[in-house]
Amino acid sequence: MTETATDAAPFAIELKGISKAFGPVQANKDISLQVRKGTIHGIVGENGAGKSTLMSILYGFYKADAGEILINGTPTTIPDSQAAISAGIGMVHQHFKLVENFTVVENVILGAEDGAMLTPSVNKARKLLKQLAEEYQLHVDPDAVVEDLSVGHAQRVEILKQLYRQADVLILDEPTGVLTPSEADHLFRILNGLKDEGKTIILITHKLREIMEVTDTVSVMRRGEMTATVKTAETSPEQLAELMVGRKVLLRVDKQPARPGDVVLDVTDLKVIDEHKVEKLRGISLHIRAGEILGVAGVAGNGQSELLEVLGGMMTAQGGSISVNGQEIDLSGKHSDGQSRRARGIAHVPEDRQREGLIMPFMAWENIAFGYHHDPAYQKNRLFMDNAALKRITATEMESYDVRPPNPMLQAKNFSGGNQQKIVVAREIERNPDLLLVGQPTRGVDIGAIEFIHKQIIALRDQGKAILLVSVELDEIMSLSDRIAVMFDGRIMGERLPDETDEGELGLLMAGVTKGAA
Amino acid sequence: MDKMPRWADIVLIPFINLLLALVVSGLVVLYIGESPWEAMKIMVRGSVGSPYGWGYTLFYATNFIFTGLGVAVAFHAKMFNIGGEGQAALGGLGVAMVCLLIPWPHWSIALLAAVIGAAAFGAAWAAIPAYLQAKRGSHIVITTIMFNFIASALLVYLLVNVFRVPGSMAPETARFAEAARLPNGYDIAPWLGFSRSTPLNVSFLLAIAACVFVWLLIWKTRLGYEIRAYGHSQTGAVYAGINPVRIIMISMLISGGLSGMMAINGVMGEAERLVIDPVQGAGFVGIAVALMGRSHPVGVFLAALLFGMLYQGGAELEFEMPAVSREMLLVIQALVILFTGALDNMVRMPVERLFLSLRKGS
Amino acid sequence: MDLAMLLQLLDSSVRLATPLLLACLAGLFSERAGIFDIGLEGKILVSAFFSAAVAAFTGSVWIGLLAGIGSSIVFALLHGLASITFRGNQLISGVAINFLASGMTVVLGDSWFQIGGRTPQLEGHARFQNLTLPFAEQVRDVPVLGAIYHDLLSGHSILVYVGFLLVPLTWWVLFRTRFGLRLRAVGENPAAVDTAGISVVRMRYTAVIICGVLCGIAGAYLATGLSAGFVREMSAGRGFIALAALIFSKWRPWYALMACFLFGLLDATGSLFQNIHVAGISVPVQFMQALPYILTVVILAGFVGKAIPPRAGGEPYVKER
Repeated sequence: MTETATDAAPFAIELKGISKAFGPVQANKDISLQVRKGTIHGIVGENGAGKSTLMSILYGFYKADAGEILINGTPTTIPDSQAAISAGIGMVHQHFKLVENFTVVENVILGAEDGAMLTPSVNKARKLLKQLAEEYQLHVDPDAVVEDLSVGHAQRVEILKQLYRQADVLILDEPTGVLTPSEADHLFRILNGLKDEGKTIILITHKLREIMEVTDTVSVMRRGEMTATVKTAETSPEQLAELMVGRKVLLRVDKQPARPGDVVLDVTDLKVIDEHKVEKLRGISLHIRAGEILGVAGVAGNGQSELLEVLGGMMTAQGGSISVNGQEIDLSGKHSDGQSRRARGIAHVPEDRQREGLIMPFMAWENIAFGYHHDPAYQKNRLFMDNAALKRITATEMESYDVRPPNPMLQAKNFSGGNQQKIVVAREIERNPDLLLVGQPTRGVDIGAIEFIHKQIIALRDQGKAILLVSVELDEIMSLSDRIAVMFDGRIMGERLPDETDEGELGLLMAGVTKGAA
Repeated sequence: MDKMPRWADIVLIPFINLLLALVVSGLVVLYIGESPWEAMKIMVRGSVGSPYGWGYTLFYATNFIFTGLGVAVAFHAKMFNIGGEGQAALGGLGVAMVCLLIPWPHWSIALLAAVIGAAAFGAAWAAIPAYLQAKRGSHIVITTIMFNFIASALLVYLLVNVFRVPGSMAPETARFAEAARLPNGYDIAPWLGFSRSTPLNVSFLLAIAACVFVWLLIWKTRLGYEIRAYGHSQTGAVYAGINPVRIIMISMLISGGLSGMMAINGVMGEAERLVIDPVQGAGFVGIAVALMGRSHPVGVFLAALLFGMLYQGGAELEFEMPAVSREMLLVIQALVILFTGALDNMVRMPVERLFLSLRKGS
Repeated sequence: MDLAMLLQLLDSSVRLATPLLLACLAGLFSERAGIFDIGLEGKILVSAFFSAAVAAFTGSVWIGLLAGIGSSIVFALLHGLASITFRGNQLISGVAINFLASGMTVVLGDSWFQIGGRTPQLEGHARFQNLTLPFAEQVRDVPVLGAIYHDLLSGHSILVYVGFLLVPLTWWVLFRTRFGLRLRAVGENPAAVDTAGISVVRMRYTAVIICGVLCGIAGAYLATGLSAGFVREMSAGRGFIALAALIFSKWRPWYALMACFLFGLLDATGSLFQNIHVAGISVPVQFMQALPYILTVVILAGFVGKAIPPRAGGEPYVKER
């Protein structure tokens, strides 16, 4: 396929001025996009940049507030998935929409059967699947049950499903997130084959390597807006990383240089395999000294959550060791839970305050005890908790952490995100821990609260505490950390000092590209 | 922000639900050709219009308080314990064994022992479903249903083959000894006008004590704190280091124990022997009571009182308005469960919208 | 035990297994579509009442059957309204439906017939008569086979044959038709069905209605086939035994047949023989009655093969954001 042919092809998909808001959040702002027929078009952007929302609009999951969709030059309304399917659009979701205990062929024909009897449909599909397998290297046993397939094969089933429905435009949402590198390579070969057959492919990803490898053109999204569309051949990973992360005004945090003391946390070769038998941590080693903040950067889903959860006692490790203040933590079974960690001076601001850090229907004063409800200071006697004391303590903590409204009797769900987070931060910092684990401290938090929470974290560091900060916000990592570790695919790709690096370099590391390889 | 004020959630919505249940029941009465208004008057008069009525109303309410609290405690841990019926039946067995096997010197000591016997047997009957849920993930709703049937078969077997009085055909135990019988409303407070045969007995006070106990447990103790936290958010519980197996087991044991204690009222306080069906559906009424009472002891107490009135009023209604049979109670009970439990969103969604538009308007 | 007695036992088992089987298949359709139904008992009861009542009024058992099915569908739709449209708790809804049936049948029965909640004794065309299969009389003297044909296979109400034919039919619908594929999919992963452009709500309502129809037939058989009229609480826990059989069969039609026959056999044994001796120990009849429930708990505990319900069962479907 020559350059000119690609340039001259008509547009398969054209989006004009698409906007979509969820309540106060503007997920997509006046987005226009043109994808030529027979090309692979990449859309990159950080988490929450609005990529998935845009594609969901195209697939009829959401209705855009404004804007127009043209398919092959014809204005088309897509009220539901059925309409998208008949317009020739197929979508491979990040989380597969497969019926696990159905066979491959059953999954493929579901919703696209010919007639009321199954057998003719199945026979036809089986034949067609064989043909498609030959054509696009999409080999899957049609009679295998999906739950027995590897992730890579299950994804092929998703692609086959779309091809069976004769999709001309294929949207893939973060398709390699769950694949091994060799599976990903195979996928790219398949995509190239599809392109050669005249199919149009939209690839949503945050991995720059993939963009460079397979796409013809690439659009960059940031904070709900389309910031650029360029030819892949005319750009570089560095440029894309910059476009993706943006030259954001760094939130200035006043902080003195760190004065690291003794090692507080020492992690060696930590390994975690989750319940789906996926290796989430592949041998993590790191240490944090007293009076130091270690920032862990990375795109969500590369093992940072698991690192926090293992350290916080929410998950069990399959290998490695953790010691705090030189004493090893018992990682085996019964003695490894949130309570035992707290007893060792580890406090934890979890990533998801609504599902983990707080009990939403609990009142503020009840949440202040959450996780520390065994603390003798909170007990009136052997039988009862000292609720009156808790309310008093909560009132003072709310005062000093500027929680608004400072009403201990209000349920957690009635506070704004920023104030909820302040409650969690207050609870954990007030415990005077040796080590503070912090996950996404400012996710969904307003600017004022961000500043306040950052100050508290720095203040804790200056008291000589060790802090592990996990965040997907690069500027947060940059402005708070004394050292930065970048995680990718369950490993630490490298460690940098904030003064000696920039977003571009970190962005590449986050995308799994080490210098020289890009 | 809250979609609506708290009072709307705990007072207004249950009230609308109840109203809907009563309106539909009224339509049924109307269809039968009687006046719903008259029926209502008869029921109110019959249940609270005389000491006689009060005696029965509170007697029934006592049963429902226990079973309602049982369901409520399990609800707090997000367990749906439908096994109150079987647990209460086993509780009856516990009471009977305590009363029959040991010659008690005084009813107060017998009562204490009966509390332990009833609670232990009820809890034991809840323990197996609880363990299977906690350790093997067997759905507690199905296992507790199955255990209701197993309990009923077990009780029949024991009454026919083990505890039956020799020479008697009736499948029931011997009457308890005089010292193991509980004083009733007449014995305690004759000045209130209860008749000598009123079924209301000291168990009512025990039920009030149980309400206080549950209130303290759920809202004042660390265990209650953990139960509620686990019930609201299992992921949160893991974060806080709360052991799910422990919470499931303990909350179900307490739930079963409370349901078991229901038997003290009927078995020891009224029949003074164990009969073939000592629970009479009270275990199921507990579900309605807990749903209506929003799993709070005060709510449970009030809802139990309401159902006590319905049961006693229903009996009077059958007497004075023969066209309306006693099973009208079941209809009302079913509608209460339906509207407060399953169709809650039907009322909730419009009410929430109403409050939202009111707020916007102001 | 001689042949005649054995045949009598099996014959009785077939009769007693039929309502279980119909209700079990009803539950199978509903639960395979992801709607848990502990209200089978209530639907059987309400249908038993309406079929008997209408048969008594009209003198026609067929109109009675239709009325029974209709009433059962109404209850099924109520369950659908609560659990599909209003995304309520399916278990609580089921409990409510059981009580509603218990109360409603007696209240209406009392009001209509004034004989203590019963319906009048049904006779003639108001009852399902037993069918004699072709040549049953002629072959009855053929040793063994003739007796089996005449005493066991022949001489049941038409609904018994319907019930047993529904097993292969259910299997066929479930595993050989487009409808069955979609029905199973919606109980396993409604999101997959939704993205494939099929309405989850419509599939689930359809399943719930089928459940109503089959429970309706079960109830009608109980009141107008097995018995001659309605008496209060005549479902007597059969809905729950059917539920047990459903779990026991792991939601599969042929196994459902076996489970229901087994439970029917237990029932028949219990009522035919007051005392059963196994290896010198007398087995109490109550144990036989409780056995289905005990077996179900054992299955649920996963000690004898794990019973895995449809994965989306009990969960209202909310479109993903």
